[in-house]
Amino acid sequence: METYKLTVNGQPKHITVDPGTPLLWALREDLKMTGTKYGCGIAACGACTVHLAGVATRSCVVPVSLIGDRPIVTIEGIGQDKVGRAVQDAWVSEDVVQCGYCQSGQIMSAVALLKSMPKPTDTNIEESMGGNICRCGTYVRIREAIKAASRQLSRGGAL
Amino acid sequence: MTAATNSAKGLLQSRRSFLRVSATAAGGLLVSLYFDLPLTAQEAGQPKPKVYPPDAFVHIKPDGKIVIQVNRIEFGQGVQTSLPMILADEMDADWSQVLAELAPAADVYKDPLFGIQMVGGSGSIAHSFLQYRELGAKTRAMLVAAAAEQWKVPANQCRTEASVVHGPGGRSAKYSDLADAAAHLPIPETVPLKQPADFRLVGKKVRRLDSRPKCDGSLKFGLDLDLPRMKVALVAHPPIFGASPRTVDDKAARGLSGVADIFEIPTVSKGTAVAVVADNFWTAKQARDRLRIDWDLSKVEHPDTPQLRQKYKELAGTPGNIAVARGDGKALEGIAANRIVAEYEFPYLAHSPMEPLNTTVRFDGDRAEVWAGSQFQTVDQMAIGEVLGLKPDEITFHTEIAGGGFGRRATPDSHVQREAAAIAKRLTGVPVKLVWTREDDVQGGYYRPMHVHRVEIGIGADGMPAAWRHIIVGQSLVAGTPFAAMLIKNGVDETAVEGTADTHYDIPNFHVSAHHPAVNVPVLWWRSVGHTHNAFVMETLIEELATRAKMDPIAYRRKLLKPDAKKLRGVLDLMEEKSAAWRGNLPAGHAVGFSCHESFGTSVACATDVSIENKRPKIHRVTVAVDPGLAVNPLTIESQFQAGVCFGVSQLMAKGAITLKEGRVEQDNFDAYTPPYIVDAPVAVDVHIMPSTEKPSGCGEPPVPVISPAVVNALSRLTGKRYRTLPLVTV
Repeated sequence: METYKLTVNGQPKHITVDPGTPLLWALREDLKMTGTKYGCGIAACGACTVHLAGVATRSCVVPVSLIGDRPIVTIEGIGQDKVGRAVQDAWVSEDVVQCGYCQSGQIMSAVALLKSMPKPTDTNIEESMGGNICRCGTYVRIREAIKAASRQLSRGGAL
Repeated sequence: MTAATNSAKGLLQSRRSFLRVSATAAGGLLVSLYFDLPLTAQEAGQPKPKVYPPDAFVHIKPDGKIVIQVNRIEFGQGVQTSLPMILADEMDADWSQVLAELAPAADVYKDPLFGIQMVGGSGSIAHSFLQYRELGAKTRAMLVAAAAEQWKVPANQCRTEASVVHGPGGRSAKYSDLADAAAHLPIPETVPLKQPADFRLVGKKVRRLDSRPKCDGSLKFGLDLDLPRMKVALVAHPPIFGASPRTVDDKAARGLSGVADIFEIPTVSKGTAVAVVADNFWTAKQARDRLRIDWDLSKVEHPDTPQLRQKYKELAGTPGNIAVARGDGKALEGIAANRIVAEYEFPYLAHSPMEPLNTTVRFDGDRAEVWAGSQFQTVDQMAIGEVLGLKPDEITFHTEIAGGGFGRRATPDSHVQREAAAIAKRLTGVPVKLVWTREDDVQGGYYRPMHVHRVEIGIGADGMPAAWRHIIVGQSLVAGTPFAAMLIKNGVDETAVEGTADTHYDIPNFHVSAHHPAVNVPVLWWRSVGHTHNAFVMETLIEELATRAKMDPIAYRRKLLKPDAKKLRGVLDLMEEKSAAWRGNLPAGHAVGFSCHESFGTSVACATDVSIENKRPKIHRVTVAVDPGLAVNPLTIESQFQAGVCFGVSQLMAKGAITLKEGRVEQDNFDAYTPPYIVDAPVAVDVHIMPSTEKPSGCGEPPVPVISPAVVNALSRLTGKRYRTLPLVTV
């Protein structure tokens, strides 16, 4: 067991875990932050997506020992960010969610997309969101919500 | 469907119902509506008071908030919004103050038609529409009576709106201020229900109540449960269903810090598994990985996909048990010249809901508490009771919001709950969360069964099918379960032939039979059940027949449909109209494909715009027309169809099959068994709802059957090939 200092949503957190523990389980079980979801454990579904130093990352395959001082942002903290809040609001106004289990990861991927590409095309969306599975199949509304958030952000206002 | 609807109506009318009302300690009004179907204590007078569940559907709180209990699981289908809408509408409640909660397991929350607490058969709205309307109307009537008494005016001079009773002379009172007085009034036997024109919420596009907490990470699913002193359990299941360990070497596993216990538990398929209990998931997972188990695989059947395929094809060459025999059985022999002989193959399919299966149980000796995302609360509660030696009412059963289900959380044998209970039994007083990893889920069985269909069609001079012989081979979903008595008739499992045997096409000489071989693979209903394969066979063959007859596929369907198939005719017309503009303007390399199908009382027609990209179908657009009767929440219906057609695309995925080799499942995670990603899903889906005031029918499953035949019909138009084997490995 080793002790690590992580910066999660701007807050310093100390955890003592086995070095191989994936960030996903450190967040969920040691820090009790369950908004980040377990879906596959092999980076194939995107339910566990967080931002690691701003990069959308599958937390189920990143051991805590490799995080270093890179800041972590999770679904619980993304609403403090302007783009994050716009995406969450668009998800609500477009009535995107069904079961909702994958949506933390979808939102984290969508925020990363809009930060790097404020006006994504359908192809950009398919590429950036291409690793996130929604088993309910809400992709049509995910597309619409990303475009709605993009329009809103380009107008500079709230939804 | 008509017969079912009538008998359902009869049941509802014959059932006496009454309300129980009480003032709560905290103030406010609790209202419960009991049906006497579950044969609880009503006959003897007052129902037994229960400490938990809250014995209520409606709770008007002093602060004006109205909490409505939802008698079913929410796992995406939207009942947590639409059932409260129905009640709130009749009650004239202020929608902005309405909160919804998932009810725990209790008699009062049983499905009014099925008699058990469950979600299935797309019945949530269809079965509880009248129930929730009556609850709302009776609650409203009592609040009005309380106001009328206070004001000494006749009740019929009062009206209600947004949680306020308005009386003559400009008087008004809030529901929350009337609740205590209303609680002491008699309960009306019958109340008038609103006319559809008077609905304020029903029929309107109402956004989901659960969006925000699902978008900010705050909503807790079953897997997110965290209780004091809780342990996490993983189970090493036998690599072939029903097998048991010869020896278990758990030394390395026990050496890990945080491992609490390792022991054997029985499996439902008469084998033995090894449970690992630890402080958390990651420790349990590492410990399970370190187990060295020598499995004895000699005593169980080793199912093997190629062998099953060969066996099924042989069976399909001979008639099975008869589902339908209409017209002249020998008619086919008379038509030698113009025939289609088609053989279809469908693989096993896993449901793979995004939230992996889990259940938490704490056993306290004489009681237990359970947290489960269950579609089958009554069945699961009883099963846990069997394992723990408790009666159902000694088990508090919380319904957890679940991350999808699609049928997977409705297992007649409650195998997950039995495992969880067997583990909890060893750790009395400690809550244990059993978690199935994704690998456990993909490899764990309970699949949509593999099927082979063989169809011979004799085509008449007019291009229409004159004789149709159809043989279906696949495991029964219900053989050996309590559902067998209801669903197996003449040796035919109705769920295997639904969508074919009850087709609305008017085929004069029509013969459908089925074989149900027993195979050592647990099987289960997969969203839309038998319609998944039957609609594919029927709708690809109908389009093939239309193509042969050189007729427009929509006109061909219209010609072949029975005159009384009004709902299907209606949605075909609507789909034709709404898709006309884009169909008339297809880019080069694109083709259109159609389908129409009725399931669970809901008729659907579908047109798709498909091209081929990277050797895969690219679905640019889907136009869906649907007749669900009265549309309670058109926004939910639109969402169910937009997303449900994507779920249906699972059948077409290149890696969309579960296969077995010498008894072992060959896939173990999403890299090998792959549901649709965004690139595989339709880019746009426009949904058109037929206006109707008929009784509502379901919308959870009916989106699924139509899409795969429509896409494949478009592909056939592009390539000239027929696609009769799923998944679609090559185009």
